[in-house]
Amino acid sequence: MRKALQHFWIWLVLAFLYLPILILAFYSFTDSTMIGSVRNFSLDNYVTLFTEEALIDMMKGTLLLAAAVAVISTLLGTMGAIGAFYSRKGVRGFLEFTNEIPIVNADVVTGFSVCILFIVVFHIDKSTFLLLLIGQTALCTPFVYLSVMPRLKQMDPALYEAGLDLGCTPMKALFKITIPQIMPGIVSGFMTAVTLSLDDYFITTYTKPATFDTISTYVVNATRGAQTNIKTALWALSAIIFVIVIAVVVISNIGGKSDEER
Amino acid sequence: MKIKIFDRKMLALPYALFMVLFVVFPLLVILYYGFTDGSGHVSFDNLVNFFQSSKTVGTLLYSLFIAVIVTAVCLLIAYPVAYILAKGEYARKHAFLLVFVLPMWINFTLRITAMKEILNVLEGNLAYYPFFNTILCMVYDFLPFMIMPLFNSLTKLDNSLMEAGADLGANKWQTVFKVVIPLTIPGIVSGITMVFLPAMTNYVVLDMVYNSTYIMGSLIGSYFSSYDWNNGSLISAILLMFIGLFTIITDRLMSTDETGRR
Repeated sequence: MRKALQHFWIWLVLAFLYLPILILAFYSFTDSTMIGSVRNFSLDNYVTLFTEEALIDMMKGTLLLAAAVAVISTLLGTMGAIGAFYSRKGVRGFLEFTNEIPIVNADVVTGFSVCILFIVVFHIDKSTFLLLLIGQTALCTPFVYLSVMPRLKQMDPALYEAGLDLGCTPMKALFKITIPQIMPGIVSGFMTAVTLSLDDYFITTYTKPATFDTISTYVVNATRGAQTNIKTALWALSAIIFVIVIAVVVISNIGGKSDEER
Repeated sequence: MKIKIFDRKMLALPYALFMVLFVVFPLLVILYYGFTDGSGHVSFDNLVNFFQSSKTVGTLLYSLFIAVIVTAVCLLIAYPVAYILAKGEYARKHAFLLVFVLPMWINFTLRITAMKEILNVLEGNLAYYPFFNTILCMVYDFLPFMIMPLFNSLTKLDNSLMEAGADLGANKWQTVFKVVIPLTIPGIVSGITMVFLPAMTNYVVLDMVYNSTYIMGSLIGSYFSSYDWNNGSLISAILLMFIGLFTIITDRLMSTDETGRR
């Protein structure tokens, strides 16, 4: 009986988490404009999604932004983690403290603070993408730092020393020995940065140029009364993202397993 | 011969500069604007006004009320899930945790849209139950963030401690309440921090389900759109105090946990 209860609870919560997305994904393949009304099979939503200019721009913009933010924060965060790891205790303590701030802070506050810094203090306008880029990078970099740091702690310091003894310059030893060893941390930090950027709403609203939209800001605006064909095209987008996320999780998990077996 | 020898510590420099300039400094700017008046004089008028106006105090109380309910519901759903995944029937099925965490990586505005469409059909009109829908959508959004820290804390828990409890005559419920829950308090606290603050500030969820009552985040949003930097900063500063308080409590509990185990 206890066993049955456990299975019941797990599947109940799974249903809660997944049924809405699955139902929406199912209806994205029909021509109905509301859930519950049975209509015919149709790919119109997918056609709209990839032909409507506003939607294409929004998707392109979101992806480009996520890529740029992830690259910059991966560089910054990785360098920060390596540097902090070999710094004095006091310096490292300070860096770890500042690293915690964007992680525990509310996104609304992070976004608002970057916005006020640029607009009121620096007098730099939002129409440059600088604010948006820096705002999201400030959110993502600490997560990269956090995923690289444990790898540095696990590393055998003797390997780096051996590299130096065998004639590597410190720079070469860094690229040939340290970086390959912490690579899994760098990759997972990069992935975290991508997902954080894709999921972000608040920092984006407070720092984006007026005419630019990411998925999040677009969807929120669309819920304030958009055309029906746009609304249902977003169902198609949900379905596509759902499939992509599953694919990435499955692939990275297979990769992760073989990595541990080595 | 090179005069300047490459030092790994130096790698932290760009990271440190970035974090100080775009994370620490903006918060100082917020504190400055929160506690000065329009002409730059130190003033606590904004703070006093905040606590004297029934409207803003009401907003604070409403956000706390929502946050307490959402956090409690998440905890009640997530703890059994995490327990079953870590110690129960699903303990050997590691992939199951991923299934519960996966929704985290799907854009939250799209997930809430999905939930909205379902609720629309079930309730007829979303506007009938704004409060219930807010709670439901927030729980739906934040649940994975509660499950993860609880799971991490529960997997670390040594099975022999639970067996010892049973050997000493505790029944299953007593073991849960006297052994498992007290030893996983760090996980519970970090789960609460993951959910409580977003529940106080994520006003997009309220917007999407047509709940027109303000929470703390909505205040920042409305001051932002009216360019009221001083009041916006004050709200951010009040939220920062909450965050600081949370961080201190979490650190206390984590450190007592470590000393307690030794």
